[in-house]
Amino acid sequence: MSQGTLYDKVWDRHKVTTLPNGQDQLFVGLHLIHEVTSPQAFGMLRERDIEVARPDLTHATVDHIVPTSDQSRPYSDDAAEEMMSELEENVREAGIEFSDPTTGDQGIVHVIGPEQGITQPGKTIVCGDSHTSTHGAFGALAFGIGTSQIRDVLATQCIAMEKQKVRKIQVDGELGPGVEAKDIILEIIRRLGTDGGVGYVYEYAGEAIENLDMEGRMSICNMSIEGGARAGYVNPDETTYEWMKETDYFQENPEKFDELKPYWESIRSDADAEYDDVVHIDASELEPVVTWGTTPGQGIGISEPIPAPEDLPEDKQETARRAQEHMRVEPGETMAGYDIDIVFLGSCTNARLPDLRRAASIVEGRQVDDSVRAMVVPGSQRVQRAAEEEGLADVFREAGFEWRNAGCSMCLGMNEDQLEGDEASASSSNRNFVGRQGSKDGRTVLMNPQMVAAAAITGEVTDVRELPEVTPA
Amino acid sequence: MSDFDADIPEVREVTGTGVPIRGNDIDTDQIIPARFMKVVTFDGLGQFAFFDQRFDDEDNQKEHPMNEERFRDANVMVVNDNFGCGSSREHAPQALMRWGIDAFIGESFAEIFAGNCLALGMPTVTADHETIADLQDWIEANPEGEIDIDVEGETVTYGDQTVDVTVDDAQRQALVEGIWDTTALMSANSGEIERTAGLLPYVEEA
Repeated sequence: MSQGTLYDKVWDRHKVTTLPNGQDQLFVGLHLIHEVTSPQAFGMLRERDIEVARPDLTHATVDHIVPTSDQSRPYSDDAAEEMMSELEENVREAGIEFSDPTTGDQGIVHVIGPEQGITQPGKTIVCGDSHTSTHGAFGALAFGIGTSQIRDVLATQCIAMEKQKVRKIQVDGELGPGVEAKDIILEIIRRLGTDGGVGYVYEYAGEAIENLDMEGRMSICNMSIEGGARAGYVNPDETTYEWMKETDYFQENPEKFDELKPYWESIRSDADAEYDDVVHIDASELEPVVTWGTTPGQGIGISEPIPAPEDLPEDKQETARRAQEHMRVEPGETMAGYDIDIVFLGSCTNARLPDLRRAASIVEGRQVDDSVRAMVVPGSQRVQRAAEEEGLADVFREAGFEWRNAGCSMCLGMNEDQLEGDEASASSSNRNFVGRQGSKDGRTVLMNPQMVAAAAITGEVTDVRELPEVTPA
Repeated sequence: MSDFDADIPEVREVTGTGVPIRGNDIDTDQIIPARFMKVVTFDGLGQFAFFDQRFDDEDNQKEHPMNEERFRDANVMVVNDNFGCGSSREHAPQALMRWGIDAFIGESFAEIFAGNCLALGMPTVTADHETIADLQDWIEANPEGEIDIDVEGETVTYGDQTVDVTVDDAQRQALVEGIWDTTALMSANSGEIERTAGLLPYVEEA
């Protein structure tokens, strides 16, 4: 078993006791809730006549069903309105802070926690959403939970879990142009498999990770779950502390920063920490990665050929065959040139300000291809405002993108933003599962934000590094 | 205060007939498409389990084991590798439970999915690829044949044979002793909860 890692230390500090069933009871430092997975949990509490134990350590937002166009109430979708009303009633009754759209702080749950400074190093963070692993970027121990566990946390501010193994993923070398954090994590999932992380927590380390900004670290930790690891984290460092200092919480309580920093330092993995497994990746060898199939593990470099199913390990062959049939791709070809109908720049993986900046730098001076419908859905209202203030929104609009309001949107197709029929999307999101983006015949190609921007311009999957120069007007 | 002494059944054994769902990496978006999650209760989700695999655009039935009359009463779902990967939605096991499933036998399960199943008292027992493939074939040939999962003894008996399976330690203990309602278990430790919270530098008094 691992020793001296951040995971071990944060686990030990939050362990309440060992339960009769052998699981550990862990105290939860921050419980984030949203409208889709929490209403049933509040219902279970009411059935048992239990009150929310720590509303002060709970924070709500609305993201999955919120419309990204007309947000006036009542929402035009009755089901969405009902879910929103239910959440409003639940948080009002329990006294839980709610970043609803009228506050200007609403957004995807994994974007707003870090923005507001309630995501902090050394916290245990849970949410009824598998991409809760995102918060691990700050050195928090963060994982997704189901609704019965949400009930547990609401009732006791604790979670029952078994300790996992720790795999260190050492990423050395420098990223080349057009290659991003997203490509690192897609490469990790491709190499280790969609189930390679089952039973593990991933620690991301090495020069390439340390050189990333917090948003890049979030993109990596976000997709830990796509590799089967319920949680992934990066040890906190100066980059983390600089972020923390700028957040609301520490702007309002500057003394807290000095008070908490020793704790943050103390939970970093020791230099001689023991890991259950170590994997090495050379970031300098990576090129932009795109998916050819229907799991996030089915990825390849943009210049690499799509693999023949019979060349894959036996247990991956049937899945690959079905995926290639669904995606209508042929082994031996590259993904470059694959026709795209919809471009989606959004999601908790890649819809923060630097993501939009990088995409905008590709879009600037160019036009979206006539065959493409392109949209930008900022990760939060704050990202949206900041992007509007610095002119990014105009860059996207002038190029022919739709500039929408914050939410999960077409990442999972729970609001009106959905693929139709067999449309193919170039998407900065995290899952290319069949049906994921709202149409069971829809086809999703995952890629980084710059690659998404390039696909919008050409109408096909394109190596952003080979996009022709903009001719000055 | 509250009714914590609710009777939590012990799940020592699950007996019934099987339904084979073949394929690796079957994700929760397939098990319950997101559009059916726009609800505030889990009631009625059973009819939407594997909806896009079971029905076409006009809601006509497609070829799928869960549409076959011979598997209609099955309560043991036999699956392959990394079943339930993807989102944390408890709607997935809830939908399968409400369709009629009481237990899963598979090559492996995604962690959050297995955790959600445990919270509902549903075992997720595992075995190697050959064992699962044999069992899936046997169910195809014997749709009315009885399958008996011994959670405590970690075996599955069907036809004239008994095979070894694995049940995660904590899951086995929780199911066998009827201590899988973790809300009740954890509420009993309120003193320790306060003590642990009090020692965390970032937690302020409620």
